[in-house]
Amino acid sequence: MATTTRTIEVELSTTGLDAQGRPQRVPLATDEAGNLVPMTPAPALEPELEGEHMLINIGPQHPATHGVLRLVLELDGETVVRCVPHIGYLHCGFEKIGEYRQYNQIIPWTDREDYLNSPGNNVAFALGAERLFGIEITERCTVLRVIAMELSRLISHCVWLGTFCIDIGAFTPFLWIFQQRERVYTMLESWIGARLTTTLTRVGGMGADIPDGWTEDLANFIRTFPAVLDECNTMLTKNAIWVGRTVGLGAMSADEAINYGLSGPMLRASGVAYDVRKDFPYLDYETYDFDVPVGQTGDVYDRFLVRMEEMRQSIRILDQALKRLPDGPVNVDDHRVILPPKSKATSDMESMIHHFKQVMEGPRPPIGEAYVAVESPKGEKGYYMVSDGTSKPVRWRIRPPSFVNLSAIPKMVEGHLLSDVIAINASIDIVMGEIDR
Amino acid sequence: MSDTFLPVVAGHAEDGRVAPPSTPRNVPYQNGAPNPSAEALRAQFADAVQRVDVVWGETTVFVDRARVLEIVRWLHDDPTQQYDYLSDVTAVEYRDLDRPIEVVWHLRSLPHRRFLRLKTLLPKGQPLAVPSVWDVYKGADWLERECYDMFGIRFEGHPDLRRLLMWEQYKEGYPLRKDFPLRGRFSRSEQLRQILAQNPEAKYSMEELTVLEAFDELSLEQRNRLRSGEKVGE
Amino acid sequence: MGLDTRRVETGVDVSPSSSESWVTTRLDFLVNWGRANSLWPMPFGTACCAIEFMATAASKFDLARFGMERMSFSPRQADVLICAGRVPFKLAPVIRRIWQQMPQPKWCISMGACASSGGMFDNYAVVQGIDTIIPVDVYVPGCPPRPEGLMYGIMMLQEKVKKERMADKSLRNEMEPDPQSQLYIPPSLIDEVSEPFGNAVHQTRSGL
Ligand code: SF4
Repeated sequence: MATTTRTIEVELSTTGLDAQGRPQRVPLATDEAGNLVPMTPAPALEPELEGEHMLINIGPQHPATHGVLRLVLELDGETVVRCVPHIGYLHCGFEKIGEYRQYNQIIPWTDREDYLNSPGNNVAFALGAERLFGIEITERCTVLRVIAMELSRLISHCVWLGTFCIDIGAFTPFLWIFQQRERVYTMLESWIGARLTTTLTRVGGMGADIPDGWTEDLANFIRTFPAVLDECNTMLTKNAIWVGRTVGLGAMSADEAINYGLSGPMLRASGVAYDVRKDFPYLDYETYDFDVPVGQTGDVYDRFLVRMEEMRQSIRILDQALKRLPDGPVNVDDHRVILPPKSKATSDMESMIHHFKQVMEGPRPPIGEAYVAVESPKGEKGYYMVSDGTSKPVRWRIRPPSFVNLSAIPKMVEGHLLSDVIAINASIDIVMGEIDR
Repeated sequence: MSDTFLPVVAGHAEDGRVAPPSTPRNVPYQNGAPNPSAEALRAQFADAVQRVDVVWGETTVFVDRARVLEIVRWLHDDPTQQYDYLSDVTAVEYRDLDRPIEVVWHLRSLPHRRFLRLKTLLPKGQPLAVPSVWDVYKGADWLERECYDMFGIRFEGHPDLRRLLMWEQYKEGYPLRKDFPLRGRFSRSEQLRQILAQNPEAKYSMEELTVLEAFDELSLEQRNRLRSGEKVGE
Repeated sequence: MGLDTRRVETGVDVSPSSSESWVTTRLDFLVNWGRANSLWPMPFGTACCAIEFMATAASKFDLARFGMERMSFSPRQADVLICAGRVPFKLAPVIRRIWQQMPQPKWCISMGACASSGGMFDNYAVVQGIDTIIPVDVYVPGCPPRPEGLMYGIMMLQEKVKKERMADKSLRNEMEPDPQSQLYIPPSLIDEVSEPFGNAVHQTRSGL
């Protein structure tokens, strides 16, 4: 990346009024060359004092670690010289359990690993399983799944924004954004019956079609949600405190970010436009018109901007998806994987056998393997499934984006102040359920 | 789109070099078109490439275990391949316990929009070890540690191969191995007793950062690992 | 010692001939009223249930209505431990330590199926119910419980607090784990309550 100097104009709301009563404009510059030396702080300028390094332990139970992450920090004064993350405090053996469950039975577990993004995970898993079974889903199902994925990106980014604000010291956006999140929850609830753990998809279709009138709810949401984003934008983006606490922190250059395997907004903030929806499309994402926001410096502020813009793009996709939602069946007409309707199962011999075989034995894919990746709110989320011809996978592997993103945290925090560790950590958007699985 | 961002429509690959991607449809079970990199690998490392499979449109290249690092480095550096992104490192053990364990690397070439699966076979009854690709991809750090933790596969050349998800004194074995029972080897009360006997604060110390200093407190297994010449510390 | 099951008798004489005076019972009432309406929760949020806990605390459901305005992120100032989410074995000593750091009087709400019983995670990694590690007052079922469910659990806890008697010293007994094994209930009991039952028994076979 070329050396860039960026000027962010901030508005000082109350204290910094000039003589005419207008807000003062303070230019802040981040200087960046090759390996990205953060502007603040400059530890080398401190006189070397005699003294021991201090060891600080954050977590595993700490409000700013978003779950049960544990960071052991070695501090020189207030500067972090070494950071050792410890994870595994939420290791629940998802992948082991997956080997003991049929494909449709695994879907409830996908809700619970990245629990901010349950509908998205359901869709991702179903896509993987369908690849393994060799099933093509219906038109309506494709569009419904796009809606589910983008809604789930929105609610995940909502939680990220709320908690990020709290970590940096702004409480109000948390309350605003959670109101919007509740609206999505209500919509999901009327669709599938659960707020958080949705289990929305089945192999070959969806658990349920959307109820009557649901599209109006969604249209209403699409219309009103951007206003809340604008409010948060006004509140944060040019706020002097916000800018001061995020600019220049935890920067990763593009090459580093790729090499560390970062994905999602973390990677895009560093200037790499890798988005699975664009590069390895699924669910006809190539036919939707949306942009991929790309940052310049890869610092915490850029990650914030990228995610804010992603929410707007999600709204755009939702709008298009809603307009093209076709009529027709949701589930494929394939009784290998989709249960026949109950009425037929009790009256028609063949349907009853299908029903019985599916429930008792489960559908069996041919021998093979599939790795299907989607763009989750955190990055490239992949499900890798290996089948040996039985109804249960031999191996169900989750490629967790925030796991890989978090593994770069020592690189990101070293040289920064202790209080910045919290901001950097929040900007990764970790979710421990996915990291530890 | 707000003016802060450069609008990007086509993703990371350079325009014109590769065809615009589209959602795969009606993917054939077998006999799909293989990834061109497979041929290139054959040409470059004839004897090290054991087999090329195409299943559900994804190309799997089985390679010789000893040359994994060399092959991965070539894939990463060669200008016609540019596999610059490591998606995943994991392993597969089959229910047929005589089948070898497979170690799987999922690689992506962002400039060429390619996806390649590398595999290597680890026969049972031999020490489970493969070369680490940490030298090429820094992102492999935790992925390999996790794989070691769950399968007991040693990644030679990894700078800090410790358990990641389970705790260092975990005695029951490697959870994702097929001979490991779903509920663990010990009874629930024994599992609870073992973990509660650990003092959570005992580890909040400087020793934690440099394992060597806490050598005497380590489990026998870990000591043996350290003795065998592994690098320690973070 | 240690490995006894918990005592269940209240230790309070409630017969009319009891020597407890009107004053102490009124004082009880006053103290309990104050306590019940200003419980400070210590959110021990680990997994999905913690997100529902956040929703409960946020704008729509507003936990502050129940006197829980102040989340106490330090166990030293907390009254109620709300364990929201799964507790794997690796976290067991941590939650035990946090419980021990909380001063009396203290209560514990186990939110969700996982915290209460291990839920759908009957495998090598997850504690089958946090009541094998620390004593629990209220179990809130659900996966995750809805915010209303959690509030109902909290109200049940308030009821419980209001019924407490100061004369009953056993209420304030600290859990005393067996120094050798660190368990506070007998191992056989732990094994018994952790047994899978129902359909789960058959779901340990892999491959079919
Ligand atoms: S009870 Fe359900 S929602 Fe709650 S932590 Fe467990 S799996 Fe998650």
